[in-house]
Amino acid sequence: MKVRIHVRLKPGVLDPQGRAVHHALEGLGFEGVEDVRIGRLIEMDVAQGTSLSALTNMCEKLLANTVIEDFAIETLSEETA
Amino acid sequence: MAFKTAVITFPGSNCDRDMAVAIEAVTGNAPTRVWHGDADLPAGLDFIALPGGFSYGDYLRAGAMAAKSPIMRAVAAAAGRGVAVLGVCNGFQVLCESGLLPGVLMRNAGQRFLCRTVELTVVNTSSPFTSGFARGETLRVPIAHHDGNYFADAATLEALEAEDRIAFRYSEPVNGSQRDIAGVLSANGRVLGMMPHPERAMAQAAHPSLGGADGRRLFENVVESLVSA
Repeated sequence: MKVRIHVRLKPGVLDPQGRAVHHALEGLGFEGVEDVRIGRLIEMDVAQGTSLSALTNMCEKLLANTVIEDFAIETLSEETA
Repeated sequence: MAFKTAVITFPGSNCDRDMAVAIEAVTGNAPTRVWHGDADLPAGLDFIALPGGFSYGDYLRAGAMAAKSPIMRAVAAAAGRGVAVLGVCNGFQVLCESGLLPGVLMRNAGQRFLCRTVELTVVNTSSPFTSGFARGETLRVPIAHHDGNYFADAATLEALEAEDRIAFRYSEPVNGSQRDIAGVLSANGRVLGMMPHPERAMAQAAHPSLGGADGRRLFENVVESLVSA
């Protein structure tokens, strides 16, 4: 079973990396970019039937730091994976 | 009674030898060097140091992997018994990621690696690490980090202030840290995490610009307060 974990900085947490990339996009002449936030995508292959609570536990214990980060768990069906 | 100390080495630690040399210089005894994969610490420890470096290449987040290594369970248990624990730089990041200290160290606000001597202002003077300092006293200690931008939510910051758990502040903004926090104490004051490197300020150099001995005083404070306790 393929799983994607999206880890994002919480709203309100300053993202200097995103800000720098935003400036770089503007420097390249791209217009209309309002904001850039940089997160992390973790793709995992896990045993079929791995529970959402087990995945949540992985996120809370290691994959995300919940002081500053939110996470979203996306389970992919075999066809789309 | 000999003062028993240990220095933990993670894969990617690079200040572990400096830390061991600093501790031996002050205590007269070489610390036991402990590998991250060990499950147990030596018995009867008085002081544990987590050194600077880039454990696990800062994979995932700085300190995140090291915080889950076997030895950290033993360090957490020792801290729970009141053994003094000092985490410097990457060691501070490991302490935050392990939950022994609140908050997290984020990328420096200016996005740059910072390597220079900074001025710290002493805030707490009641912990074993800071008892020999005067409140408001300034110290000069080197920093060398990319992820030293201390962040915690507003309630945590208020609690840290109210409980006198901010050990040091940068005298002027350095890396974007909330409230210029450079070092944080645990609720019982026995665990200190700090980004500046006291083990790199152990002797007065021939010229002041080359470094001073302010870091040494932190180690002397620990020995003084724990041996006489």
